Formats: sequence, structure tokens, C-alpha cells
Amino acid sequence: MTGATSKGPRWALWLPLIVFAAFVVLVLFGLFRPADREVQSAMIGKPLPEFALEPAVAERPGLSSADFRGEGPRLLNVFASWCIPCRIEAPQLDALSKAGVEIHGVAIRDTREDVEDFLSQYGNPFARIGKDDLSEVQLGIGSSGVPETFVVDANGIIRYQHIGVIRAEDMDLIMAELRKAGA
Amino acid sequence: MKLIVAILSLVWTPLAVAQDSVPPAPYAYRQLDDPALEAKAHDLMVTLRCLKCQSQSIADSDAPMAGDMRSQVRQRIAAGEEPEAIRAWLVERYGDYVSYSPRVTAMTWPLFAIPLVLLLVAALLLRKRFGRNVSE
Repeated sequence: MTGATSKGPRWALWLPLIVFAAFVVLVLFGLFRPADREVQSAMIGKPLPEFALEPAVAERPGLSSADFRGEGPRLLNVFASWCIPCRIEAPQLDALSKAGVEIHGVAIRDTREDVEDFLSQYGNPFARIGKDDLSEVQLGIGSSGVPETFVVDANGIIRYQHIGVIRAEDMDLIMAELRKAGA
Repeated sequence: MKLIVAILSLVWTPLAVAQDSVPPAPYAYRQLDDPALEAKAHDLMVTLRCLKCQSQSIADSDAPMAGDMRSQVRQRIAAGEEPEAIRAWLVERYGDYVSYSPRVTAMTWPLFAIPLVLLLVAALLLRKRFGRNVSE
């Protein structure tokens, strides 16, 4: 055996290149796989934090965590009048409310006039609407944007988080999650 | 292209304006009066991720939600809460993702272990090589 090969088997010479190639494959995989940039709430299965929000509009009462106790499940919809996707989900929320689902709204950083305009234009599916100007409830339930919808069961436990617009094709999913939560 | 930009600006500008029609949270853009507490809050804020603009810390971001988070952090610090307790509160809600300061967990321990293993291997290799040279 020569000095060069006495240190190890021949294939070991290729090891750094193989490690490097594996690294390149890993990087390419990370680059081309459509990454999930949505921030999932870690509050699923946990009780809704305590809160009490002032009413966002005149014609609906404000919202507190106590409003989610007894005879559920309910939906908690995080929305805003300045949120354009929220307009797209309005018909679906309307249909849910007509189907007898109680929906409570949390309006993020919004003025009374703007919310009232929004509701008169796109419909008002909400039983109660709380005004969350400091994102307190939003931060409390681990929501990172608008719109987001949470299924909360009769004991005030968060069961499901829907990130983004509830589209017409998401209705079955929402109904299934409501049934799972005891509807 | 110009048309697209014009349309986009039509869609987005009112959005930004409408979100700002509500005044920012009390401590979003105001420092705490006590410099020591402000420094404590700032050290924490630079290690918390803005959830709207995910590559920025809440200290760097102008997103309204980041402002709300800064205000929460400052008020909690002012109320005497420990920075790590506030971080834990956020991690409880958003997972480890919200924190820029990595923790050792079942999933992340290799990140901490591999450099140590590499150092150890390097030390062994070097010792072998230099040890042999000495003995020869």
C-alpha cells in the first residue's frame, strides 16, 4: 500500500464531495418547496384567555371571554374593515350565521364609522363585536393576521384555527370542525 | 407595468391609511421613562419576531401589529414582569417561531450538539496527526 491510501479506504476521498452534494440538495429542496409561512396558533386545545372588549359598533354589544361559555361551539372571527380579504369571506360568515352558528367578531384597530360602513356594505353575521385596538385579544389567542377564525367549544376551549379567508370550499371543513367541537 | 403599480397603489394605500386611522398603542413609539427598563424592554424586543413581516424583529418593524407587541412588552416590563416570562407568554401562543433566541428542545438539540461533536472530532484528528509526528 502506498502512503496516500494507507489513511483510509479510497471512497473516503469522495466523502467531502458527497457531504457537499447532500447539502446542495437540502438547500435546493428548501428553495423550491413551497414553504408554509403561516404562523399556527399554539393555543389550540387551551382555554380562551380572559378578556373584555368594548363594543365596536352601536348595534352590537361588546365581547368578553365569558360570552363563549355554555351551549357552544361558537366562532370567533378576527376581522377589520380595512382588511380586503375579509370582504370575500363575508358571504360565508353570513351563511354560517343563517345556519344557526353563533359568530362573535373581534375588530382589529378599527373606528366605529369604518366598522359600521363595512357591516352595512357586506352584512353583519356577528352576535357581538369587540373592539381590539391594541391587538390584545389577537395576541392572546396566537393570531397573527386578519381574517382568522377560531372554533371555541362550550367550555371556552379553542378547538380549531382557520388562517385566512373562509372560502366557499372551506365551508364543509368549518362545519366539520364545529361538529367535532360539539355542535 | 406603470398601470399595475398604479392599481396596486390604489388597493394598498387606503389599507395602510385605514389601519393607521386608530392611534398607535400607547407604548408603540414611546420609550419607557426609566432608561434601565427601556433597555431591558429593547433587549427583549430585538429578539422577538414580527409576525406580519417575518424577517424583522418587532423593534425594527413599522407594522401596526409590531407596534402593539412593543406596547405590550414595554407595559409588562414597566409592570415588573421579567423579559423571559414575556417571551414564554408569546411562545405559549405562537410557538418557538416568535422568538429569535433558540431554545434547546427535542427538535433543536442537534444544532447545539453537532458543533461540539465536530470540535471533538477535529481535536482527535489533530491529536492523532501531531501525536504521530512527535513519535516518529
